Amino acid sequence: MADIESRVRDIIVTELGVEPSKVTPEASFVEDLGADSLDTVELVMAFEEEFGIEIPDEDAEKMETVGDAIKYLTEKEGA
Amino acid sequence: MGLFDGKTALIFGVANDRSIAWGIARALHAEGCQLAFSYGAPALEKRVRPLAESVDSDFVELCDVSDDSQIQDVFAKAKERYGTIDALVHSIAYADRRDLQGRFVDTSRDGFKMALDISAYSLVALARAAEPLMPDGGAILTMTYYGSVKVAPQYNVMGVAKAALEACVRYLASDLGPKGIRVNAISAGPIKTLAAAAVGGFKKILSYSEQASPLRTLIQTEDVGNTALWLLSDWSRGVTGETVYVDAGWNIMGLTVPIDQFLGEQGEGEEGVKGEGVKGAEGKKRQGGKE
Repeated sequence: MADIESRVRDIIVTELGVEPSKVTPEASFVEDLGADSLDTVELVMAFEEEFGIEIPDEDAEKMETVGDAIKYLTEKEGA
Repeated sequence: MGLFDGKTALIFGVANDRSIAWGIARALHAEGCQLAFSYGAPALEKRVRPLAESVDSDFVELCDVSDDSQIQDVFAKAKERYGTIDALVHSIAYADRRDLQGRFVDTSRDGFKMALDISAYSLVALARAAEPLMPDGGAILTMTYYGSVKVAPQYNVMGVAKAALEACVRYLASDLGPKGIRVNAISAGPIKTLAAAAVGGFKKILSYSEQASPLRTLIQTEDVGNTALWLLSDWSRGVTGETVYVDAGWNIMGLTVPIDQFLGEQGEGEEGVKGEGVKGAEGKKRQGGKE
């Protein structure tokens, strides 16, 4: 199975329809990748499905960048 | 040869490919139905349009169902385009997020009005607008949830709105029946849609529903789509004013403790069996979700 980082990147590319090269750890979902509020909800749902977890709203709100998501999901997977 | 060859359906409430309305649209399309779509907010257009194109439709119109003039506009466009329609699908609900948590007793007057207006009255308004486009009869379908009949934690004002919606279905069915227009509702089990993302602890609700329902499965949007085919076609021509449950049997249960666990407790000791029940449910859910 692919590592967590590449799984997260794949989901972002698919859900937001952005170029893979733009999905850098520093990239902000809203500012750099053009996500609107529904995109962010869909993204979180896709993460939940891929990793079989539930992400509470308060955690989802803190995920602003690609790096934030990778870090959060890596910690969740490790737990 | 499809069940809906030569027929046209107007569908309100597709938000993305997880939407229940989209499950219904796909089922209708597979049976040869011509489809028209309406969406509720500008942000949804970029989601709905590609989906509509995938089922050969370019009728994609914005309509805020709390505005009567926008409803008139959409139906005027549908009339111009199609002349008449055969089916209307209403899969619309809205409540302020603050009203979908905490205590129902704290629901504000404005929150209550908005939830009832958009989730229940909109069916009345759409049915009234659709009536002239169904001169030879037709079928109207809306979506509800069991939280209308029994208390579902956190569902709160939406449960009250769905109760009103189900009552609207009965009164509309009575009014429109003489014209051959049938009105029914599907009460679906929990499905992970964009709207459901606003309901706190939804994953637990899914897991619990799966373990405690007679069929031990979660409902997929295609299950709703298949029942919609029945309710929108002549196969159900003797049925109107009904709420049909597509919920894996959940609503018939009195005791909703997972039965496997309940039976297991008599013989084997609580912990082991409880763990196994949960694991089994997770496994099945993943299979179901990966279609």
